[in-house]
Amino acid sequence: MPDWLAALLITLLKGVLVALALLTTFAYMTLIERRLLARMQIRHGPNRVGPGGLLQPLADAVKSIFKEDLRVTMADKLVYTMAPIVAIGMALTAFGGIPAGPPGSLFGEDPWVYNLDAGILALLALTSMGVYGIFLGGWASGSKYPILGGLRSSAQMISYELGMGLSILGLLMLVGSTAFVNIVEWQAQSGWMLLFQSLGFALFLVSSFAEVNRTPFDLPEAEQELVAGYLTEYSAIKWALFQMAEYVNMITASAIMATLFFGGYRGPVFLEGLIPGISGWPIIWLVVKIAFFLFLFIWVRATLPRFRYDQLMRFGWKLLLPLALANTMMTAAYLAFARGLGLWPLALLSLLGLLALFAMSDRVRVLWNRPTGRPHTDDALPTRPLGGD
Amino acid sequence: MSVLDIAKGMGITLSKLFQKPVTVSYPEERATLQPRFRGRHVLTRHPAQRPGELGLEKCIGCSLCAAACPAYAIYVEAAENDPQHPTSPGERYAKVYEINMLRCIFCGLCEEACPTGAVVLGNEFEMADFRYRDLVYGKEDMLVGVDGSLPQRREAARSGKPVRVGFKVPEGARPELEGVEYPT
Repeated sequence: MPDWLAALLITLLKGVLVALALLTTFAYMTLIERRLLARMQIRHGPNRVGPGGLLQPLADAVKSIFKEDLRVTMADKLVYTMAPIVAIGMALTAFGGIPAGPPGSLFGEDPWVYNLDAGILALLALTSMGVYGIFLGGWASGSKYPILGGLRSSAQMISYELGMGLSILGLLMLVGSTAFVNIVEWQAQSGWMLLFQSLGFALFLVSSFAEVNRTPFDLPEAEQELVAGYLTEYSAIKWALFQMAEYVNMITASAIMATLFFGGYRGPVFLEGLIPGISGWPIIWLVVKIAFFLFLFIWVRATLPRFRYDQLMRFGWKLLLPLALANTMMTAAYLAFARGLGLWPLALLSLLGLLALFAMSDRVRVLWNRPTGRPHTDDALPTRPLGGD
Repeated sequence: MSVLDIAKGMGITLSKLFQKPVTVSYPEERATLQPRFRGRHVLTRHPAQRPGELGLEKCIGCSLCAAACPAYAIYVEAAENDPQHPTSPGERYAKVYEINMLRCIFCGLCEEACPTGAVVLGNEFEMADFRYRDLVYGKEDMLVGVDGSLPQRREAARSGKPVRVGFKVPEGARPELEGVEYPT
């Protein structure tokens, strides 16, 4: 067998394995999420199908697949069918670039499906393609509510993409590379990026929540008040594919956060004293970190209510984006003028910025959460109070 | 609402994660009901004259419950008592006493209208069944001493096990439910 064929087959195998792992995780995430949400609301949650409800995802899958696949008369058949496939395809592709261990650590193979020098940039680009799934799905449904919902959701995702991209610029400047392996190895030497870019991490965390359409930014599926948006005309397996894409995106976002800010596939070094080499074990550390972030996603969903749409846009454009820019400027200035001092002053600076933001969160909100574009000349018009709404 | 409030809220949800759920796994565990819970009607009897004998039925077939019923769910047909072997203490008794459990709204007006306290709303609620006609309950389904609803008794007869109701009333049945006992 020629070398290129062997490499191709191994890559294919890894790709299939990653896809299967992601889909299984998705299936069980739905169950874990429902159980955890239930426990946080002091009830039991689904526990009927199989022991402890463990077969619930299987039952859900069977139900989704055998449910009637509704044909919408006004829909553009091709695009209507393609949209969920685009969404899930992009979501699955994006995850392949994330390294799960040091090079060559998985039975002599590299624990990733593909490794690009553009790394994080390519991944952001791929996840952005998911917007096409949402928008085309809304447009192709041939109905008013889905197209409005599709527009709304694409606007949200594109807006937060800016904040997301800008919030990691400081990190990229520090590392000097966009490849995931380099970022992780940099952290293995200098300490977790969370320490030096805490402000950047906070901004990235918030924009990831908005990017993957999770509470408190889950406007795309706001069924109660906004008729579920682009999902309105979808049912059965197509709807399940959209859900799948959302959950896979959530896993990818967790993996990105773990890789960029929490040392990626490297475990904490202080454990080396107990078991030598433990921090270099592949996969396990990444999985632990992803699990932590997935729990955070569920935890936040159990706690916070939804944003209103105008609040959401104002938050993205008027708070997140300027702050991400400021963080970039701060890091750039530090690297330009004070590189000799080491990294710790930067860590302190970043942390101070974050704490100042927390402390002033009530006062800052008035600056960004003010309705715009409304004439204030007529005093008879009822105006909403500043902030606080 | 500052970031501190958000953290406080997150703390609350996290602490609830470790609390025992307040809901119960219903069919396996019994649901807890209050004595005032209005469920399936019970036709009560007077205390027995001699031990080992059934007491007389309280219902005298006056149809006041049917008149009071806002859902027209009750049908009563009265008949004269046999003086030697009376069914009820009055002149007449209910030969037919039917309540359509699908129409009944469990408001309790029949209980209020009853001059002898014969029809009383009990605590049973597990009456789901397959056919409309099986949900019209007669005297044989509602007199004191009948355990469970029609489908429950059918299931018990099929499986050979005693009727098991899925609820408990820790404070015991109301005094109006003379002779009725629920699991506590």
